[in-house]
Amino acid sequence: MQASPYGTGVRDFREEPRVPAFRLDPLLLLATLGLVACSLYTIATATTGDIDGSPYYFLTRQAAYFGVGIVLMLILSRVDYSRFREWKAGIYVVMIGSILLVMAVGASARGSQRSIEFGFFSFQASEVGKLLLILALSAFLVDRVRRLGDRDTTSRAVLMAVLPAMLVIAQPDLGSGLVYLAIVTACLFVAGTKWTHFAALGGLAAGAIVLVLVAAPAVGVEVLKPYQMDRLTAFLDPTENPREEGYQVNQSLTAIGSGGKTGRGDLATQTKLDFLPEHHTDFVFSVVGEEFGFAGAAIVLSLFALLIWRALRILTMAKNLYGTILAGGITAMFMFQLFVNVGMTIGIMPITGITLPLISYGGSSVIVTFLALGLLQSIHAQARDAASGKGRDLAL
Amino acid sequence: MYLDGENRRSLTPQLAFRIALIGGIALVAFGVIFFRLWYLQVLSGDQYEAKANDNRVREIKVQAPRGEVVDRDGRVLVDNRTGLAVKVTPGKLPDDRAQRMGLYRRLGRLVGASAGRIDRSVSDQLKALPYSAATVKQDVKPDVVAYLLERQKEFPGVTVERVFLRQYPHHQIGAHLFGTVGEITKEQLKDQRYRGVGLGDRVGQSGIEYQYDRFLRGKNGASRVQVDALGNLKGELAVRPPVQGRQLRLGMDLGVQKVGQEALGGARGAFAVMNVRSGGVVALGSTPSFDPNLFSKVIRARDFKRLSSEELGKPLFNRAIQGGYPTGSTFKLITSVAGLQGGIITPETVQYDGGSIQVGGVTFKNAGGAAHGAVALRQALTVSSDVFYYLIGRDANGTGDGLLIQRWAHKLGIGRPTGIDLPAETPGFLPTPKWRNKLFKKKLTDRPWSVGDNINLSVGQGDLAADPLQMAVAYSTVANGGKVLRPRLGLRIEDAGGRALQQLESPSPRRVKIKPEYRQAILEGLRGAASAPGGTSEPVFKGFPIPVAGKTGTAEKGAGRADQSWYVALAPFPNPKYVVAVTFEAGGFGADTAAPAARKILAEVFNVKGDAKKQVGSGKAY
Repeated sequence: MQASPYGTGVRDFREEPRVPAFRLDPLLLLATLGLVACSLYTIATATTGDIDGSPYYFLTRQAAYFGVGIVLMLILSRVDYSRFREWKAGIYVVMIGSILLVMAVGASARGSQRSIEFGFFSFQASEVGKLLLILALSAFLVDRVRRLGDRDTTSRAVLMAVLPAMLVIAQPDLGSGLVYLAIVTACLFVAGTKWTHFAALGGLAAGAIVLVLVAAPAVGVEVLKPYQMDRLTAFLDPTENPREEGYQVNQSLTAIGSGGKTGRGDLATQTKLDFLPEHHTDFVFSVVGEEFGFAGAAIVLSLFALLIWRALRILTMAKNLYGTILAGGITAMFMFQLFVNVGMTIGIMPITGITLPLISYGGSSVIVTFLALGLLQSIHAQARDAASGKGRDLAL
Repeated sequence: MYLDGENRRSLTPQLAFRIALIGGIALVAFGVIFFRLWYLQVLSGDQYEAKANDNRVREIKVQAPRGEVVDRDGRVLVDNRTGLAVKVTPGKLPDDRAQRMGLYRRLGRLVGASAGRIDRSVSDQLKALPYSAATVKQDVKPDVVAYLLERQKEFPGVTVERVFLRQYPHHQIGAHLFGTVGEITKEQLKDQRYRGVGLGDRVGQSGIEYQYDRFLRGKNGASRVQVDALGNLKGELAVRPPVQGRQLRLGMDLGVQKVGQEALGGARGAFAVMNVRSGGVVALGSTPSFDPNLFSKVIRARDFKRLSSEELGKPLFNRAIQGGYPTGSTFKLITSVAGLQGGIITPETVQYDGGSIQVGGVTFKNAGGAAHGAVALRQALTVSSDVFYYLIGRDANGTGDGLLIQRWAHKLGIGRPTGIDLPAETPGFLPTPKWRNKLFKKKLTDRPWSVGDNINLSVGQGDLAADPLQMAVAYSTVANGGKVLRPRLGLRIEDAGGRALQQLESPSPRRVKIKPEYRQAILEGLRGAASAPGGTSEPVFKGFPIPVAGKTGTAEKGAGRADQSWYVALAPFPNPKYVVAVTFEAGGFGADTAAPAARKILAEVFNVKGDAKKQVGSGKAY
């Protein structure tokens, strides 16, 4: 029987005060690597015919992003996240600045100014902004922890998110804007903001939705682009306009439904013949559903469930409030993207252009997701370190 | 290590509750997604799989060639050739209107059409059949195809497809018989007759092509292909080969048809050649004729206008079954039967022909003012005594209800369709007292029916209207002893190898009773006309080896218009096998134009070699 490195008394931890090389959450890592494998397999089968002559174009790129992402995650997991709290002002300025920069010089991708091309990699400021927002917002809330009951605290926090949200929606990237709003809600929620404030925010949100979707178009003000409006409302009745916005939803439902119990494999014609739009990015879950059926979708969802469980667990462990709020924001980011993206592919959520973390193809998204996972692992490692320092057993 | 006062050692109950709430939200969301996926994939999987297959599988119609038409000896009358059609695929056309018009302009220069016309035609076709390729031009030359194929990039969405085009190798010969094909019309699509025919298919629109379309049209095949979201072909899944239509054998003789049309020499006229025992049509023609190949593609409006124009003699008009003409003395056969059967005369009744008679203050003269003296039936037919028949007409008008001649004419098929297996046959017209009196009451004519009308009818003048086929039927009824035949073109349906699949039975003919001695007398009179000295067509048939019995006819059509010229012949006498009826719209005396044409036709029917040169009244050899 092999001896465990911990608790056997062989090594005296007091003689080694430094954090062990990798004190990662193994189940979170397992979920991460499992989803990476699912992503690579799905992208490989879905995109072989997309670019003539280079069947592995998307696969090799996605693998490279994953490689870079994993390295960044491992590095970040060894850094004490608490340091970022001091830099909150700088982080916030970098976030807003990068979003503005992209708007100013960004390349046009299908009418959207949302990225700057760097040849191999296109930098999407709105993706990176998600993580920067969580870092800055959490720090702000920790600073104000004694005044969380003040309306001033809540409204400032909300404004911190609404400003970049408005900017990215104008890019136009509606999905990321909504993610920012989900992040601020979660951070406030975890920080302990009063229920009455949430009720007031809920009322404001409802009012804003009515204003944007109903009132403003009625008086001729275009807050959202017409295609964004159509996409938002298409899922309510996909057959109404089968050749335009409803088309994507219909094709996605057809793809997922036709997958049946175990998937169509090579006969996955919805994907392979391009009926499914954006099949390596926004609608990648439909590819999973078509190629690998209910079984494949269940595996991917189980891995996500594992990931969220571990994230919530890390949330409870954090050694300080900053870590708690940080973990809350990251968990909310994952959950929101997962449920909105999957909900979109199965026709119960509007089409917002939100990608599926870890599965969808895309450099910025992959890197940001791994940075977020690195932060989670850092919170975990720090918590274990702190706990072991006090002689508490918080190990698995 | 970073230290601050906010380090917490344990979860507050508030935070624990809130985290539990987030976990609860995640659980509910996973539950909803799980059940939704179960519903989509496990419960409705088959349905969505069918939908996915609908998406990717397209059926492309593969046109079936029509069956061929052959004559009784198997000579090809109508077949198909392959043509190359230029088509455009809607999904691949430039979206931008200016670019699309530019493409049409370039294409138009190649195929000879304006950009506007191509645009209109394409959008019309796409309205009718969305997503399928629209034809720009049916039949283009190979060099145009080569040009297009070499420059595919300049012509996005333009494809070349092989199509079957109906071919009529004999062009003007038999055009009215064979008819034309054309794209199925909206009305026809609703018709039971065209079940299984799709939009854009070409079906018979006139003639034999129309009449036997059910057999001639094939069954379109289909190619099931896989396409991607943009409609690009991604491979063939299955093919159902097209089935060519059945071969149709006609009882006609291409040689006789050719000679008949040549004998008419482009003048406005028509002829019919029929077997007097079976009703089988040997040839049936109308001139001027047209080239039905013009209809194989979409006919140009200019061509159609030309083919319908009065100045050019309305080439599309089938005079053999639609032309209503007064028949002149050829009608005397009918008057003879009526007079004999009605008891007005016997074969031996002698009348005095003084050149004219006076009835009701009006003088009715013989043609040319001739006086034939005492004549009985045979002689009256031979020399064509009008007076003899005027008297029958006068007496018939005063006997019984006065409809004796009309009744017999009707029995013999005048004033009603013969029932030939061709569409658009007209009944012609048989004047009656009732008709004229009604017109008179409405003040549409200046006088009521009088005995003079009946006298005119007795020699085939006046308001009577009949076509050559009707006269052929009337003459064959006398020749065959009372069978009123239904002329028949179709013989049988065959497979491509010529094996009979189905005989086309003609319905049993109506019968009329004509006493054999009357029949005999009439035939002898007709024989005399073509052979006895003084016979009206005796000079024409001098030296003709086959004994012919025939009657000339010259009908007046009013002041300033040339006479309608007729000849109806039965041969060989005394047991005729064939009837030949010829008419010219402006031929003058029957003996001058119609009878020589009939001789040419008979020479071909009976295979009389070298007859053309010996003919009287025809300087032309062919």
